Amino acid sequence: MLAYFTRRLLLALVTTIAISALSFVIIQLPPGDYIDQYIAQLSASGSAISREEAEALREQYGLNQPIWVQYGLWMGKIMRGDFGISLEWQRPVSEVIGERLWLTIVVSLAAIMFTWMVALPIGIYSAVRQYSPGDYLFTLIGFVGIAIPNFMLGLILMYIGFRFFNSNVGGLFSADFETAPWSAAKVWDMVKHLPLPVFVLGLGGMAQLIRIMRANLLDELRKPYVVTARAKGLTETQAILKYPVRAALNPFASTVGYLLPYTVSGSIIVSLVLGLPTVGPVLLKSLVAQDMFLAGSIILLLGVLTVIGTLISDLLLMWIEPRIRFQAH
Amino acid sequence: MAQSVPAIPTDPDHLVEDIATDAEERVSVATQWQLMWWRFKQHRLGVFSGVVIVIFYLVVVFADLLAYVDPAQSEALRSLIAPQPIHWFDNGQFRPHVYALAGKRDPLTFKRVYEPDPERKIPITLFARGFEYKLLGMVPTDVHLIGLAGAPPEEGLYLLGTDLQGRDMWSRLMLGTRTSLTIGLLGVAISLFLGVLLGGLSGLYGGWVDTLIQRIIEITRSIPTIPLWMGLAAAVPNSWNVTQIYFSITIIISLIGWTELGRVVRGRFLSLREEDFVLAAELAGASQWRIIFRHMVPSFLSHIIAATTLALPAMIISETALSFLGLGLRPPAVSWGVLLQDAQNVQSLAISPWLLAAAIPVIIIILAFNFLGDGLRDAADPYGV
Amino acid sequence: MEPILTVDNLKTYFFQSEGTVKAVDGASFEVYPGQTLGLVGESGCGKSITARSILRLVDKPGRIVDGSIQYYPANGGQALELTELPSDGATMREIRGKDIALIFQEPMTSFSAHYSVGNQIMEAIRIHDRGLSQQAARARAVDLLRKTGVPMAEQRLDMYSFQLSGGLRQRVMIAMALACTPRILIADEPTTALDVTTQAQILALLKDLQRSFGMAIILITHDMGVIAEMADEVAVMYLGRVVERGPVDQIFHAPRHPYTRALLRSIPSIDGEPRTKLPTIRGSIPHPYSRPQGCPFHPRCLERIAGVCDQHEPALARMADGQAVACFLHHREEIRQN
Repeated sequence: MLAYFTRRLLLALVTTIAISALSFVIIQLPPGDYIDQYIAQLSASGSAISREEAEALREQYGLNQPIWVQYGLWMGKIMRGDFGISLEWQRPVSEVIGERLWLTIVVSLAAIMFTWMVALPIGIYSAVRQYSPGDYLFTLIGFVGIAIPNFMLGLILMYIGFRFFNSNVGGLFSADFETAPWSAAKVWDMVKHLPLPVFVLGLGGMAQLIRIMRANLLDELRKPYVVTARAKGLTETQAILKYPVRAALNPFASTVGYLLPYTVSGSIIVSLVLGLPTVGPVLLKSLVAQDMFLAGSIILLLGVLTVIGTLISDLLLMWIEPRIRFQAH
Repeated sequence: MAQSVPAIPTDPDHLVEDIATDAEERVSVATQWQLMWWRFKQHRLGVFSGVVIVIFYLVVVFADLLAYVDPAQSEALRSLIAPQPIHWFDNGQFRPHVYALAGKRDPLTFKRVYEPDPERKIPITLFARGFEYKLLGMVPTDVHLIGLAGAPPEEGLYLLGTDLQGRDMWSRLMLGTRTSLTIGLLGVAISLFLGVLLGGLSGLYGGWVDTLIQRIIEITRSIPTIPLWMGLAAAVPNSWNVTQIYFSITIIISLIGWTELGRVVRGRFLSLREEDFVLAAELAGASQWRIIFRHMVPSFLSHIIAATTLALPAMIISETALSFLGLGLRPPAVSWGVLLQDAQNVQSLAISPWLLAAAIPVIIIILAFNFLGDGLRDAADPYGV
Repeated sequence: MEPILTVDNLKTYFFQSEGTVKAVDGASFEVYPGQTLGLVGESGCGKSITARSILRLVDKPGRIVDGSIQYYPANGGQALELTELPSDGATMREIRGKDIALIFQEPMTSFSAHYSVGNQIMEAIRIHDRGLSQQAARARAVDLLRKTGVPMAEQRLDMYSFQLSGGLRQRVMIAMALACTPRILIADEPTTALDVTTQAQILALLKDLQRSFGMAIILITHDMGVIAEMADEVAVMYLGRVVERGPVDQIFHAPRHPYTRALLRSIPSIDGEPRTKLPTIRGSIPHPYSRPQGCPFHPRCLERIAGVCDQHEPALARMADGQAVACFLHHREEIRQN
């Protein structure tokens, strides 16, 4: 068990390093460096700095060092919570991202909760009542979920809301609360706005999970231990819920590993369509404006959060799967 | 009385055995591909989806024949015209035609609006002349499948309306289909190459090679793809031309999309290595290359085809999503994602819902590839239940 | 002696789109208290489905279409017709585990890998004894494991099935089946998956437990050796039908049905001539969808009567010595009545 946990922890660490390197590459990709862009920015607003001043700035930021030293410097700063300055916003990156990052987490986690809570019972129902009208209905819904990319679903729902209910169904807050400081009322307002983005974001993953759950449970239902359980005198429902469902939960927990990146990924583009105040719109804007420190930081943070989430799901898997718990190696 | 039952001269069990083995014999001598085809044919939805996909790729090949206006031709005066219906009958006679559109100024809003004029009927003809292009990329021609008789299509042929810049949506959709579906194929081809190469190495050699490649796959899968794509795509210089951008976007998408195929290939290699027939070939002294290409690859090729089919929708969605964000293909390139970009604004979408037209082929093709892939996957296990 | 279970002309069919599989097609036998009935036949002859039918655990698309299963409860009350009880109803569930228990061939897959074996045994105890406390149930589980010869019972209780050896697993499985001291134990190929030494131990254990608990055993196996060792009565099944039935000595010493004779011939004997070929039954079991007309065994039978065996089905008829056989070689008159 300890070995499994150590292995997962190590992998998470390696993944984090890989993500940070990728983020750094992305920051470095556009031609010119931060100072070039800074100069361009200044000249656009009418002021200028001399070549010497620029060189001094380069020295200060370590931009004339070899690339791996720059990476080290950048990582060192990030460890201390310093993500650099956003050119576009003229504010520290951490300030720009701060609240939006939390909202991204809230929306993504809510979507995953929704995905699980709906997919689990539906998957069980579909497997136990295979080929029933309900099973066909859910299969159909599943296909809709797979076929419509989430941003398109968002567009369609926005259109329906606007056209038929004459209301803008997007956003995460009512106008009154958008800039208000946090309060219980604001949280409640957000909760009221959550269902639509959560549905849009969760439908695709839900469809996949229903398919997986149904297939797994169908496999498990054929196993002899189900007959053993019923031969003891358990009712069919008791037997199914205690044994095969438990066994089918295993792939359920292991899907978190990619359900989480999938959902976080989706939240970026869905936020743009539904106008959610997550990091999504900021990321797009920063990329278009080549505000690379901001963009790189967002990509890094999203990646790292996903790694943490995946690690948690691995622990969950360990908890529900005794075979992993007792594996010697 | 028992003796009165007439004895049958021939050996009766002979007949029974013949009946039983006839069907079995057909199965046992069939090639793997025959078996797959028989099984696949039973998957009606899969076959139907296959037909749909063939039709879509015919559109890819003949996109400019099916378009009737140059998709880049814009005309501010004809912006956001609603789709115009085709009238099939004229005074009870089959004579497809459209009404000519007349521009008017709305007396209240002073906006220019177009209204069909039922008095001016323009017949639709087949093989009309229009903008010039090269058929199949070789034959220069200006013939298009449909057009208006004696008038340019702009007079009244608007099958799917126009966009904000007055460009014809139908013609753009045809060419967008070409871009989106070829990018999907090309992307999947690169993914397949990477997946088979790395998955194959992993499954074949095992040991540290396997461990390394497995970790790479795990790491790639645990990173949210869209932000990563966005970051990479944003670095594609604005100055590049359409073709360069097309290829760089394809590569970016497939760099991340190969992992699933890699996993499938590796899994197959690993399980096949344990199979008795591979051991038998080894004992018979077959070389490693012979074992791989003569024995192993044919037995999992079908699985690879199925997995590839299932990977295609993800490729198409990726391109659509990136272009929709404005980070993928950029105008003047036309793709489904580029077309959907116009639909980003809810207000304009509410007034001109036809801007969402590209969503329909996206949904259809994703479903079709999924059903086809499911059918192929089931058929790929010819001896399975 | 009165039987505690009689199965008469039981038919369990599976209705599939490709055709109907008559898995059990007229099985008849009786089970007596304290005795062992051996149900023997090749794989696919319907032995296991018969067992499942008794417990009403046949899943869709299978269904009992005909016949009766009479169970005579312990209190001497009225016989229960099991085929008429709702399969998930309270009465049937009360019988399962408490009156009739089941053990399987593959103890690995018969246990869930997600709960400790103790959890699963205690569950079996507490389903039928709801008032029992957790500690009492645990004590009983430990006691059961000891009785079935599991060393270090206390520790083993908290283990998972995949941590136990095959022999231990089967012992634990038996312990679980005995949780409520059932009157009938159905053992479906209990030793097939085990090696020969363990096999002998498990059989000895079953015999031992039968003596101390006084239960009846329905032993399902394809192994004539196991039958010889364990059974009091034998029912030979072929293609879903009981073709011969009788006391174990008679079946072994005076088999009447050609199939039983062929089965017995195909057992390797220590007295046999070295290096001679072991006789086999020619042909193979017909495909489930295309069963032969007439006597199901006739295509493989060396003694078939042309025009009779391929036309008519012989009924299972009791002979003067108590043995019953379904074969025209022994009772031609059966056709005349038809």
